[in-house]
Amino acid sequence: MPDPIIEVRDLLKHFAIHRGFLGRGAESLKAVDGVSFRIQAGETLGLVGESGCGKSTVGLLILNLLRADRGQVLFEGMETTGLEGEELQKIRRRMQVVFQDPQSSLDPRMLIKKIVGCPLEVNGLASGSELVKRVREMLREVGLSEDHVYRYPHEFSGGQRQRIGIARALITGPDFIVFDEPTSALDVSVQAQILNLIRDLQKRKGYSYLFISHDLSVIKHVSHRIAVMYLGKIVEKAPKKDLFAKPLHPYTRALLAALPRPDPEKRHPLAVLEGDVPSPVNVPGGCRFHPRCPEALDRCSTVEPALEEVEPKRWVACHLCAGEKSSESCLRFDASKAGERDAPEVESCRL
Amino acid sequence: MEEILLDISGLSVRFFTYQGIVKALEDVNLIVSKGEILGLVGETGCGKSVLARSVLRLIADPPGKISGGKIFFKGEDILGASKRRLRSIRGNEISMIFQEPMSSLNPVFRVGNQMMEVVMLHQRVGRGEARRVCVDMLSQVKMPDPDAVLSKYPHELSGGMRQRAMIAMELSCRPDLLIADEPTTALDVTVQAQVLTILEELTRQTGVSVLFISHDLGVIAQICERVAVMYAGRIVEISPVRKLFSNPGHPYSRGLLKAVPQVDEERETLNVVPGVVPGLIHPPGGCRFHPRCEEMWEPCSRIVPHPVEIEPGHQVACHLWGSGK
Repeated sequence: MPDPIIEVRDLLKHFAIHRGFLGRGAESLKAVDGVSFRIQAGETLGLVGESGCGKSTVGLLILNLLRADRGQVLFEGMETTGLEGEELQKIRRRMQVVFQDPQSSLDPRMLIKKIVGCPLEVNGLASGSELVKRVREMLREVGLSEDHVYRYPHEFSGGQRQRIGIARALITGPDFIVFDEPTSALDVSVQAQILNLIRDLQKRKGYSYLFISHDLSVIKHVSHRIAVMYLGKIVEKAPKKDLFAKPLHPYTRALLAALPRPDPEKRHPLAVLEGDVPSPVNVPGGCRFHPRCPEALDRCSTVEPALEEVEPKRWVACHLCAGEKSSESCLRFDASKAGERDAPEVESCRL
Repeated sequence: MEEILLDISGLSVRFFTYQGIVKALEDVNLIVSKGEILGLVGETGCGKSVLARSVLRLIADPPGKISGGKIFFKGEDILGASKRRLRSIRGNEISMIFQEPMSSLNPVFRVGNQMMEVVMLHQRVGRGEARRVCVDMLSQVKMPDPDAVLSKYPHELSGGMRQRAMIAMELSCRPDLLIADEPTTALDVTVQAQVLTILEELTRQTGVSVLFISHDLGVIAQICERVAVMYAGRIVEISPVRKLFSNPGHPYSRGLLKAVPQVDEERETLNVVPGVVPGLIHPPGGCRFHPRCEEMWEPCSRIVPHPVEIEPGHQVACHLWGSGK
């Protein structure tokens, strides 16, 4: 089994918040609280979760745009977490990022030629006419016209700007790209274009992706494997088909149940969870999901469940699923029944 | 025959800007019946928010102007109504909830203050009674500890709670029509689920009609009974919700439905509607969708298509229907 292109081990990032008099009562925002996963070459890992779960922070940590407090990031087996200066620069060429907001992620005062060409310049990879040639090629690659080189961002639509962002990310020939909610700000029809482009590029060039989104249907479309995050931790990791066919963690199931299907024949009661997404400043003890969990046991409020491989390639952090083989396991949820009028069948067996 | 609550006919709205005149709405016809939930779906720039605001005459003038058409609410002419009459309609007979609850709730006043103000103004009751009504409404939207919420400021509540407070506030005077402009777009999916569930329950209980605006086809499919699809300032299709999804008539509707990634299906590639939404200063002639339409033919660039009823209750504005094709 070849080395994964990206490996993340126990990544941790807490932000200190100073409150109260004299700096006392300092709290920390546990943005990422021990996250581990691997991404193989050519695959897409989808990272899904709601606001405040830490998924964007994970992306920034992998790219070394934020310094981790603990844990490691390995790129092709080599640790990148402590790197600085030139060594970091060399790695950066190979790990790129596309951000969410096509409006603010492009400098409005730079020509497209400069925006897309800059990574080549900065890394000493090309200059002058060679640079312009490569920028033009890249623009064509992402479905834009070559004469867009001498235009400014405001002359483009949201979808086109996102293509420019993608061109900028790909021009140094990276192996790994982090997409942080790349289509959330786009209309449905434009989103479709961009998602198709992202998939197409991966098929042709073999890129590896970390695709971050809160939108399960988008994640499903682009990912091979999916990790679900809640309050700084991964609660479930599985190949895409398995996750959707049989979600194990109660939070994953709630996410799926909450999603309104674009099909009136599939109306179903949406709200399975009570309460709001808690703040990463006040993380509940034990399993962080227990206050909202419809199947919480006593144990859940005191002991934090570890992320365990309950089936080959299926990881869950849940006491109800731990230590059991899934044939008799935990809560069986028939996702195909979510389309029926009644609430989905949820059976729980005792531990 | 359902009683007609809101009757919009031939509505056109223009914005006069330095770059030119934006033809934001062009000849829009729409009816909302008593007790129904009508969805208004479309992408950015299609004019759905402009339409919503026109109903309550909330379009800033300048630069906006209602350049044509009529709006009748319960038989009353809205466009000709006095400012005084409008004030008594807004929040009382027609209510509106917006996308960003942080910007529609006044951040410097407590939630209770804002909610009670609406009740006292329209119902002409004192503080005590107003407070009682508000607490009651907040419990109906399943707000934990309604009394405490009344003394909080908007920023002390989460997004979902703020939206629920807004819903409570807007329904407190038992309006006949609620206009919801992308009410759950800014919310997380589990919170959205709660808000939609509450909205559905309340509308069923109170019988209020809802004009539900969204770009999210999943939400529309879940909540609405009838749907109007808008494109570039015009309504291109109106249909009972099931028929729209099972038998979309307009090429734009069809393209849109095929472009939505689905959780329950496996799709290799998402269908793409080629091109981009046109600017509305110089919109395309004839059918505004024609430059992007794969089934465009001769009259499409010249003649504006009129709605044709392709099955009961289902109208499509497209030359593929009628006109002999």
